[in-house]
Amino acid sequence: MQYHAEVTIGLKSGMLDPEATTIQKALEHLGFPTDSLEMQKRFVLELDAPSRDAAESLVAEMCRRLLANPVIHNFDIEIEESG
Amino acid sequence: MKIAVLQFGGSNCDYDVQYVLTEVVGVDADIVWYKDELEGYDGVVVPGGFSYGDYLRAGAIAARAPIMNSVRKMADRGLPVVGICNGFQILVESGLLPGALMTNSYPKFRCDRVNLRVDNNTSPFTNSFKKGQVVRIPIAHMEGNYFAQEHTLSELNSQDRVAFRYVDEQGNATSEANPNGSSENIAGILNGQGNILGMMPHPERASEFILGSKDGKKIFDSMVEYISSF
Repeated sequence: MQYHAEVTIGLKSGMLDPEATTIQKALEHLGFPTDSLEMQKRFVLELDAPSRDAAESLVAEMCRRLLANPVIHNFDIEIEESG
Repeated sequence: MKIAVLQFGGSNCDYDVQYVLTEVVGVDADIVWYKDELEGYDGVVVPGGFSYGDYLRAGAIAARAPIMNSVRKMADRGLPVVGICNGFQILVESGLLPGALMTNSYPKFRCDRVNLRVDNNTSPFTNSFKKGQVVRIPIAHMEGNYFAQEHTLSELNSQDRVAFRYVDEQGNATSEANPNGSSENIAGILNGQGNILGMMPHPERASEFILGSKDGKKIFDSMVEYISSF
């Protein structure tokens, strides 16, 4: 089966992200004050797997092995059949 | 004795390290391309640079290259491994050292001379320093903000595994002396066995008087001495 996966990776809560803070300040200078702003990375991939569960565990393994750094990141996976 | 200086696409301190080892310290050192065999070496330096363009996260891609398994095996045998700057990022990404290196708290590339306090002087890399000695070695990085969870930090402290901290001239680890927001001003750490060192500052850029400091050379000298006694 062909699956479509979307992976979102963000910093664990409470961790400082100087890049996000800078962007938040720039928005404020433009007249858009916000209470919080987080930056995340999103990976969109297509893959073959025998089942939905198998696809999900493959993508989770990709996150643990490379896409995320478990010391600082949380990740979220969404999977749907695509073909 | 022969030391390997790893080279990934985007490494750029490889030849500086090789020069210091061969011409200043006086040992054999080969540049080893990441696809080549890492055999017959007595120590490894993972040099600085921008391996793989810092894609994904600094050091993330290089850390997963098969040559890092050979580095791990050498470290398991007790041979010394030092990662400098991007090399430190590669060592934490590969899990050989704990923690993570994040974007500097003031998100800017910082290139400067800094003062470091030697907190551990018993490792194969730091045993020719005095404990508490302040040394001067330059930094050049954007992602040098050392982060580790509370339990990791207390383990590093209780096991005397913080090699260097950023300090002022008097040796105080103040927030003003911290160039990148690192937890507890940490600039360099050791693994549990003490034979892997990761540090953000560049000792190879402080190994000759003409460059303003020879403090960095002691790290390579100690490493070579350790190998000789191995």
